[in-house]
Formats: sequence, C-alpha cells, structure tokens
Amino acid sequence: MDFKQNYFEIFQLPVAFDVDLTTLGDRYRKAQGSVHPDKFAGASERDKRLSVQWATRINEAYGTLKSPLSRAVYLLTLSGVDMSAKANAPVDPGFLMEQMELREDLDAIEEGDDALERLDVFKRRVDEILAGLEQEFASTWQNDLDAAEQSVLKMQFITKLRDAAEHLEEKLLDY
Amino acid sequence: MTLLQITEPGQAVDPHQRKRAAGIDLGTTNSLIATVRGNETRTLPDMAGRHLLPSVVRYLGDGKVAVGDEAADAARQDPLNTIVSIKRMMGRGLDDVQNLGDQTAYHFAASDGGMPLIQTVAGDVSPVQVSSEILKSLVHRAEETLGGELEGVVTTVPAYLDDAQRQATRDAARLAGVNVYRLLNEPTAAAVAYGLDSGAEGVIAVYDLGGGTFDISLLRLNKGVFEVLSTGGDSALGGDDFDARIANWIIERSGFAGQIDHGQYRSLMYEARRLKEQLTNEASVAVNVELGALRFEGELTRDDFEQLIKDLVANSIKACRRAVRDAGVTTGDINNVIMVGGSTRVPLVKQEVGKFFGAEPLADIDPDRVVAIGAAIQANILAGNKPDDEMLLLDVLPLSVGLETMGGLTEKIIHRNTPIPVSRAQEFTTYKDGQSAMLVHVVQGERELVSDCRSLARFELRGIPPMVAGAARIGVVFQVDADGLLSVSATELTTGVAASIEVKPSYGLSESEITNMLKSSFEHAEEDAQARSLAEARVDGARVIDALRAALKQDGERLLSADEIRDLETAISALSAVLDGQDAGAIRDATQALADASDEFAARRMDDSVRSALAGHSIEEFDEEQQ
Repeated sequence: MDFKQNYFEIFQLPVAFDVDLTTLGDRYRKAQGSVHPDKFAGASERDKRLSVQWATRINEAYGTLKSPLSRAVYLLTLSGVDMSAKANAPVDPGFLMEQMELREDLDAIEEGDDALERLDVFKRRVDEILAGLEQEFASTWQNDLDAAEQSVLKMQFITKLRDAAEHLEEKLLDY
Repeated sequence: MTLLQITEPGQAVDPHQRKRAAGIDLGTTNSLIATVRGNETRTLPDMAGRHLLPSVVRYLGDGKVAVGDEAADAARQDPLNTIVSIKRMMGRGLDDVQNLGDQTAYHFAASDGGMPLIQTVAGDVSPVQVSSEILKSLVHRAEETLGGELEGVVTTVPAYLDDAQRQATRDAARLAGVNVYRLLNEPTAAAVAYGLDSGAEGVIAVYDLGGGTFDISLLRLNKGVFEVLSTGGDSALGGDDFDARIANWIIERSGFAGQIDHGQYRSLMYEARRLKEQLTNEASVAVNVELGALRFEGELTRDDFEQLIKDLVANSIKACRRAVRDAGVTTGDINNVIMVGGSTRVPLVKQEVGKFFGAEPLADIDPDRVVAIGAAIQANILAGNKPDDEMLLLDVLPLSVGLETMGGLTEKIIHRNTPIPVSRAQEFTTYKDGQSAMLVHVVQGERELVSDCRSLARFELRGIPPMVAGAARIGVVFQVDADGLLSVSATELTTGVAASIEVKPSYGLSESEITNMLKSSFEHAEEDAQARSLAEARVDGARVIDALRAALKQDGERLLSADEIRDLETAISALSAVLDGQDAGAIRDATQALADASDEFAARRMDDSVRSALAGHSIEEFDEEQQ
C-alpha cells in the first residue's frame, strides 16, 4: 500500500480546509468500489488481506476528512504540528471564561418544561461559534500555525460542549 | 482487480461455469434459502412445496435429528428434546438464556466456557450445533434443487448483533460444512432486494421485527452503492415476546400461575401465536384453552392485545428515533420505509412505524422472504457470476468496542456506526514499577460500566520488561473486518513483545472444539483424505498460475520492469514443473513461493486500481464543468 499518499491525495483532492462533501462522498464510494473485500470474495488470501488494508485506510481517510475538526487536526499534522501532544496547551483566558458561562447555561437547561426548545437555541448558538472558529482556521492554517493551533484548541472545547448538549438531548428524550 | 478474476470485463460468464451460490436467512422462527437462477431470485421450497423451514430441531433417542415441520409437529409432546428459537441463545452465556423468560422449557447444563448446553436424549447440544442442523437442512435442499454442491453462501444476521453472536453464527456454518462468503446484515439484505428491484435512490429505513430480534437500519442508496448510515435495535425483542405477553395474559386470567409445566407452556405459546396472527385481520378472537387442569375461556380483542404489547412497540420506535439521529438525517429525508419480518404484520406495528416516519411502509416483497432474496443476490455477485455488477455494500459496526479501564469503566476504542472494515490503535502504560503483565479485557456495548456491556474476551500480555510505572508503552490494535468480526493484538512498543488473539467470544466454541466436532462428523478414510489433499494442492497451484498470467497480461508491462517480469516467469515455471507430480507438499511449497514472489506486483495493482477508479471520475467531472 502506498503510505506516502496523504488522505487528500488518496481522494485526488487539493490539500485544503474547504472540502466539498458531495465530491468527497462520491470519491469515497468509487475508491471503495475498487478495493472493498466484497470485490475479492474469490481471491487469494494475500489479495484479500491487501483489500482489507486498503478498505480500512480509505474508511480512515474518509472519516478524517468528513468532519471539520478532524480535518483541521489532520492539516496541522501534515504541517508538522501534533495536536495530541497539546492537550494541556494554554488557551486565551477570555475564551475560557466564555466557555464556563456556556457550560453553566447548558447545566441550567435541564430544569424547566421547555428544556428541549431552549436546548435547540443553545445548540444553534454553539454551532455559530463553531462556524466562526472554522473560518478562523481556514484563513490562518497556511500562514500562521500558532493562530491555527489556537482555533483548533477552541474547536475541541466547543465540540465537547456540543457533545454534552447532544447527550442532554438524549437524556431528555429518554433514549 | 483481483489476480483471480480471469473473466475480462464485459464478457459474460460461461453458463456452465456459473457457480452455485445461495442466500440463507437463519431466522428465530423460520429459516429460508434462496438462489438466483437466470434473471430471477427465488426462495427454494422443500419437496412438499413449503418455502419456510421452521427453525425447530428435535433430537431423537436413536441418534437421528429431525428439522423443520416434522420437528415442530412434535414440539408439544416432546418439549425437552425439541429446540425452538435457538437463535436467541447464540453467543449467549448460561445466565443470559435463563433470563430470556420464554426459554424455561429446557434443562440446561453449562459447558466449560460458560456456554449453555441443552440436555436432550441425544446428549448435551450447544446452540451452535442446533443452528448447524438447520443450516445443513437448508443446504441439502438447495443442493438437491440445483443438482450439485454449493460453492458458497451468504448468511444473514441481525444488524444489531454483537461479536459473540456473529462468531457463533460463523461457527454454526463451519460445523455445517458450508463455505460462507460473508455474513450480511438482515436490513442491508432487505434493502438490496428492494433496491435492485425498484432502482430507488436516496435514504431508506429498514424496520425489521422478526421472531426474536429487532433491527432498524438507515441506508443511503446511490448508484448501486448501499451505504449504511446507522443501525440500532434490540437483539432480544421480537414476535416471541408478543406471544409470551398473550400466554401470560391467559395464565393470569386462568388463575393457574405457577402451576404450568414445560409442555403446557409450549402449547400455550403456540396458541398465543395463533391468536396473534388471527388478530391481524380480526378485531377480536375467542380464546379456548384446555391443557390438563388449566382451562380458560374468554375473548381477546385487538385492543387488549395492543395494550399488552404497547410498551414493546414503543421501545422499537425509540430505537428508530435514535438511529435517525445517529445517521445525521431527519425523518423528512427518508424516502422509503421497508418492512421486514413476520412481526411487521401486526397492525399496531405498521401503524406506529408509519406514524413515526410519516410514510406508508413498503411490504411489496413478502416480509418473510425478502432477507433471503437479498442475501441470494449478494451471494451470486460474490460468487463471481456477475463480474460487471457495480453493487457495493458498505456496512458499519453496530455496537461500540472498548476496553475495561481502572474502576470497571469502559473506554470506547471504536464507536458504533463507524464504517467497516476499520482498525484503531491505542496506547496504554503500566501503573506499577516493574509490572510484567497486563490484562486486556475487550467489551462491546454503549454503557459506561463494564458490567453493563458484553464481555467479548480477556487476554494477557506477558513478558513486559521491568520498567518504572508509566514507562512501558503498550499498543493495542483493534481490527474489525467486513463481516463485523473483531480481532485484537497487543505489542509492547519499546521491546516488541507481542500478544495477539482473535477475539473468541466468552461463550463461544474454542477452535479445538470445532475441529473435533468436524472430525467426528466426517467419515472419510485416511487415503481418501490424502487423495483429496493432492487434488486440492493441484487446483490451488493451477489457480495461482492462471491468475498471475492473466494479471501479467493485463498490467505486467505497465507496472513491472523487465527484470521483475522475468523473475515472476521463473517462479511460474518452477511451480509448473512440480504441478503434475504426486508430492502435495512440493506443490504447496512452490505455490507459496510463487505467491510470495508476486506480493509486490499484487500490491502495485491494488494501488493502481484505486488511482484509476478515481482518475476516471475526475475526467467526468471536468467534462461536466466544461459544458
């Protein structure tokens, strides 16, 4: 398997933060169509093994490029920045304050009858913040790695908050 | 793409070379086998014209085994030796099956591995053995009809099935002596049956309520590619539970609670099923039960019945809501709802599903047969009978896989609904100075506590060199293949000490148990086995040569240097020279040598095929932009 190819190259896409998800999905399906284990049901063990390796790699590449956060992290990896080593990196204190307020707002939603509606409003607010951070990342990752790194750290915070909101929704809907 | 695909694109397969393949729906209540003949896909009937084979196995005192209607007819008078709904026990532990409620009709014993064994006149039998009897009966039916041995089958499993249950199904097929191309998820099979029929595109929901399992899957169908977006359900919810509710209703009303024996309970369940089926078309039915001392006369209305099962149906709708969320779509995005499984005939089920999805559910294809039909279509393609077919099924992992961490908590490594095949690596470290071993406990499920998840396997990584706490780096790799089956390996990264296991379910059969069972079921003499071994070695060797020649002709000059081609030709000659000899071992060695020599070529061809698949695509898009 050609490990020199990065995930963008696998799908023959330019290395960029903006990715057209329809094109990505189309190419994902095309690529799987040529390597998926179902295409090798009668093949030798060796070819089956190659097929599983490739299909696994294509799933990994697709999964990484599909979500904006993992795509951003991957772009930083390609630029030599390892985000997994930066879990405790300092973040702008103003942003942290804002974070804590958002957390408190989320905790307060659980009480009251119109919890689901208020949760919807909250999620939209969070999505807007996230969209802003993605913009920030898109305009900085090629020329200001420090700023791009900050955007990703913030995106990670906000995404965790988004997950917590989803979790609360599941609880309210009694899943 | 594959070295073995000898047929040129666009060229029809010689009808005489068509491989016999079939799709098997191994159901809780009934099982079916289907096959593609000409342009039609059909389920195959037995001699008496019956398509459904009741999933019932009866063990007789003389060592004989009866399967299907014959066994079902005897279920009432011989309940302890007549096994029904075995699918609910597959991959389960003894504690699980004793809590199933409706399975009180057997005497259980535990195997060494904690797997339940059912005590019968013919000795103790495992769920895997019972299932393999059903499979054998179906395969026999297909081979009689098709006039020869089956090359391979696709066996369906509920999508919401954990690894232990999938492994058990694979084991049952091995025990029955059939080659399984693939385990296919039942909802995906149903979507294939509909998708190819109607040429539909868009998002499809498949609601599958069988005798013992419930599945909901959302798929996106796009130019022949079925992409599973999410899957959910309950592997212990089905029509059997509806029956049990009616049976218990009768017991309560009759005042005989606690005084019912095995045979009577079984008879009551049959009666309950009959009443349930009548209530599909009637608003009310007369209940008239006389079982020894138990007598009950009364009336059961559809309203009463719906009250009895309301919470079960509501649970299934809750799973639908979750699957829609997981797929990242809304009910408005869903173009079609497909109904699968006999229990979807219950009017309340139809009504609630229609209400939730806001669409009239489709049941054009017989809900009892649709899964087997889809599996047969897939089996026909996997057998290589339709080399040009673009159909592709992209499935997901139904339940998260994780590890036990300190304090009995789970750490998820691969989340549910991740497309498969998938592989994930995770690093762990020691927590004590000089710690030399580490226990790895693999679990499956969504809950935070290990005790609420299903235990898949435990294994120990030994021989970690003494280091201070936190210095060792243990890498654990999880790989899930296209059948949804998991294997796990662990390595100490600073020294390379490795421990690898194939995840064998906590309640499954060990490899040696299967081998022993297989051995005892074969009556072939020794010399027979030797002759077969030589014949097989020759066929394998010839196959590898044919495949490599075809590959060289197609891509040799493009992907290899002249030297590399010459080396491969030499290896081919070496194998050809021993192929007609009598030494099976020499043939195998030369075959292996040729395979090794062509590894690099195979890898280059695979890389190339991905590139060219996408290259064609780019040109199309470019053309569209120009217009």
